[in-house]
Amino acid sequence: MNVSITVNGEQVTREIEPRQLLVHFIRDTPGLTGTHWGCDTSNCGACVVLMDGTPVKSCTILAAMCEGHEISTVESLEVDGKLDPVQLGFHEHHALQCGFCTPGMLMTARALLNESPDPTEEEIRIAISGGICRCTGYKNIVSAVRWAAEYEAAARQEV
Amino acid sequence: MTTIENLPNAEAERPIGFGRLKRKEDARFIRGKGTYLDDIRLPGMLHGAVLRSPYAHARIVSIDTSRALAHPNVVAVITAKDLETLGLAWMPTISYDTQAVLAGDKVRFQGQEVAFVIAADEYSANDAVQLIDVEYDPLPAVVNARKALDPDATLIRDDKEGQRDNLASPLWEAGDEEATDRAFAEADTVVTRDIIYPRCHPAPLETCGMIADFNPETGQLDIYNGNQAPHAHRTVYAHVAGLAEHMIRIKTQDIGGGFGNKVPVYPGYVCAIAGSIVGGVPVKWIENRTENLVSTGFARDYVMRAQMCAKDGKITGLRVSVIADHGAFDSTAQPTKFPAGFFHIVCGSYDLEASHVQVKAVYTNKAPGGVAYRCSFRITEAVYLVERMVDALAREMKVDPIELRMRSFIKPEQFPYETTTGWTYDSGNYAETMRVAMELAGYEDLRREQAEKRARGELMGIGVSFFTEGVGAGPRKHMDILGLSMNDGADLRIHPSGKAVVSISAQTQGQGHETTFAQIVAEELGIPPEDVQVRHGDTDRSPYGLGTYGSRSTPVSGGAVAIVSRKVRDKARLIAATMLEARPEDLAWEKGRWYVKGDPEKGALIEEIAERAYSGEELPDGMEGGLDAQVIYDPPNLTYPYGAYIAVVDVDPDTGHVKVRRFIAVDDCGVRINPMIVDGQIHGGLAEGIGIALMELLSFDEEGNCLNSSFMDYLIPTALECPDFELGETVTPCPHHPLGAKGVGESPNVGSPPAIVNAVIDALYDTHGVEHIDMPCTPARVWAAMQGRPEPPQ
Repeated sequence: MNVSITVNGEQVTREIEPRQLLVHFIRDTPGLTGTHWGCDTSNCGACVVLMDGTPVKSCTILAAMCEGHEISTVESLEVDGKLDPVQLGFHEHHALQCGFCTPGMLMTARALLNESPDPTEEEIRIAISGGICRCTGYKNIVSAVRWAAEYEAAARQEV
Repeated sequence: MTTIENLPNAEAERPIGFGRLKRKEDARFIRGKGTYLDDIRLPGMLHGAVLRSPYAHARIVSIDTSRALAHPNVVAVITAKDLETLGLAWMPTISYDTQAVLAGDKVRFQGQEVAFVIAADEYSANDAVQLIDVEYDPLPAVVNARKALDPDATLIRDDKEGQRDNLASPLWEAGDEEATDRAFAEADTVVTRDIIYPRCHPAPLETCGMIADFNPETGQLDIYNGNQAPHAHRTVYAHVAGLAEHMIRIKTQDIGGGFGNKVPVYPGYVCAIAGSIVGGVPVKWIENRTENLVSTGFARDYVMRAQMCAKDGKITGLRVSVIADHGAFDSTAQPTKFPAGFFHIVCGSYDLEASHVQVKAVYTNKAPGGVAYRCSFRITEAVYLVERMVDALAREMKVDPIELRMRSFIKPEQFPYETTTGWTYDSGNYAETMRVAMELAGYEDLRREQAEKRARGELMGIGVSFFTEGVGAGPRKHMDILGLSMNDGADLRIHPSGKAVVSISAQTQGQGHETTFAQIVAEELGIPPEDVQVRHGDTDRSPYGLGTYGSRSTPVSGGAVAIVSRKVRDKARLIAATMLEARPEDLAWEKGRWYVKGDPEKGALIEEIAERAYSGEELPDGMEGGLDAQVIYDPPNLTYPYGAYIAVVDVDPDTGHVKVRRFIAVDDCGVRINPMIVDGQIHGGLAEGIGIALMELLSFDEEGNCLNSSFMDYLIPTALECPDFELGETVTPCPHHPLGAKGVGESPNVGSPPAIVNAVIDALYDTHGVEHIDMPCTPARVWAAMQGRPEPPQ
């Protein structure tokens, strides 16, 4: 079947098998291997992308279901050489080690801050609890997201 | 090309050498630009998928691949018969056993590899796996390790000549049995416990896989494979496949976690290689999560009985016997001379009179493995056992568990300390580290809070553990794996501009080697770490060495990098002497510069010396140009990091649910090169420890069906199960390591499970009389224990 999905602002049209998962559709698009696959069962969150702004696990969505929808992946976070505050926060707070869960965590954090610009530690923990990180024990991910929230608050004040 | 310089904070902190330097590797990872195995796509690449056994034990009557071969996208189906013609039906394990690459005679565990399909794409390969018809004749399965040696137990390894029972390796002992008997005879208190360290799995977020790319024209085999020991793997492939070692190149690219799971060679790798050699095209195989959990290297699975005794208020003796479940093929990871790994460090941090340990390894119809899961060769099992026993003994003696530890610790003046099982601990001040942890935790206040809560009917527990690890294997006089010495190389090149490239044989899986090893060169040569490029993960571009596991990167490769830097510095001194028209012995070193003693203005920077080394200018007599050096580091001893951990848990009286409310970890890993990375390692290991203590379990039913074959059933902690870890440190340098460093990666996984289980028991002993619960302390198990019932069936 033919499917047309907007990925990071660009329309991608491709002939696919109806059963193709969104994560594979994305990863088959040149340059977009940042969205990872880790578990098959919607538990690990390495595949989280935003669908019309809402975080979804792209291993549990058929590409065919995304016809006409907008998908944002980790590659969309940096704009014109300017990193997103959540990316900066992860670097600042050593919130990644092997980097495999990082794209999913970043997209989840981005969606959280879009919804809730000043989350508590508990709210951050709940938001990222759909993902698994084997390396960091989450502590630094939580502080990285807090850092990004404060960075964005300061940036808003400057404007 | 994105670089760290794009990040706005990079300028702010540029320490030369050790310190909280932010990581170089982040730049690609935060952009989703890491290159993991599945991100690599080669032209003409085919995809493999494995057919696995649904039975734990069965004879294979027939395999019919015709329907799979008729699939339009299928190129080939490989079975044991095909591999036999290539001599690849069986492969050696890292324990000198053999393992079937594809099962021919019978299957010996559920999930065992039976056939390998090669197709144009991954979806077709998986479809075709379903089209292979295999007829099995089921056999009784041996699932319980305690019953594996029963006279009527079915023989699992009938492929091995002379194998009459399910014993996987001869009984192994350490310590002094007679002296231990004496210590127990003289003791005034003895406790006995049966304790299981259950089977669990490292489950890195990226599963295992390989792309094999054999070029029939040149005979070159390129292997893309995220593994923790690329040089050792290359040697194994050369032996197994009969290929010339110099024609094999292994590239590991970025690795999405390893934790021991990516140490072994797996049958899927051999199939991908065979497929590429026969087909002459690249073959990619990546396992799914279920395959990862049911077939690749599990961890632990030790069934232990221990006795510990005390005399005059102090621990004096320990007696341990273990049945080790190695699964269907003995592929446990350990240095050759240590068939139970380093388990005999079970005498712990205590000045014992005597101890005796024996370990019996058995075959069962379960997946092979026994790899470390963030653990230096069975030390995790040992630490868990001894720290549970100390708590049990303290309870019997009615003394505070910290008090008993304090009385029994090896004292600082006793180092180097030879243990009763033959280890020589390098350095330590255990009581001091324990005190720091007590202070950080507010131990006395916690005990008061516990008493108040108990009066209100609330269940709060405080658990302590104190561990000593032996890491950084190891000295070649004592250790090897498959005959390969456990040494590591470092190759340092200083370019004419003074910029450096250091190549190492350690293999990061997230540990931040590109940063830490640059910092070591920076510290030793006095150049900024951003001027040092770290190369690893490519056997053509790095020196030989045994890789990263057993917390050995810093203890072994770190030592190599320090020494190779000093070699360069020594050569630089001779060149500087010529440049400064002085005698080498009249020069002194300060970071980045040789100068004339008594005339500090007169000196040469390392970049000036490098320029000279490559220039047409005069060099000292007989000296070769350039400023490169290479070393192989043979560590004189293991290093012995240690730590004091305190867990605070709340147990729900109605459901048995355990919440880790606080976790205090004070580690002494010697000198810390990058404290930020060290902290991160500890956080990650603590989370794994919480998982093992409370959630993670590979269990089997009576027929050998694995009951935890996905992340729906194999539970891994999320941010909600982990507390805000509280870390502290003491620093006792390692006396023999060039940098005084000891290694830390595995300490938190080793030390945390006993602290948590001790806390759970502490919450339940006085109120419910619970003396022991085996891990994982799930709500069902805890609740059953609270009712005084045996644990529920798993």
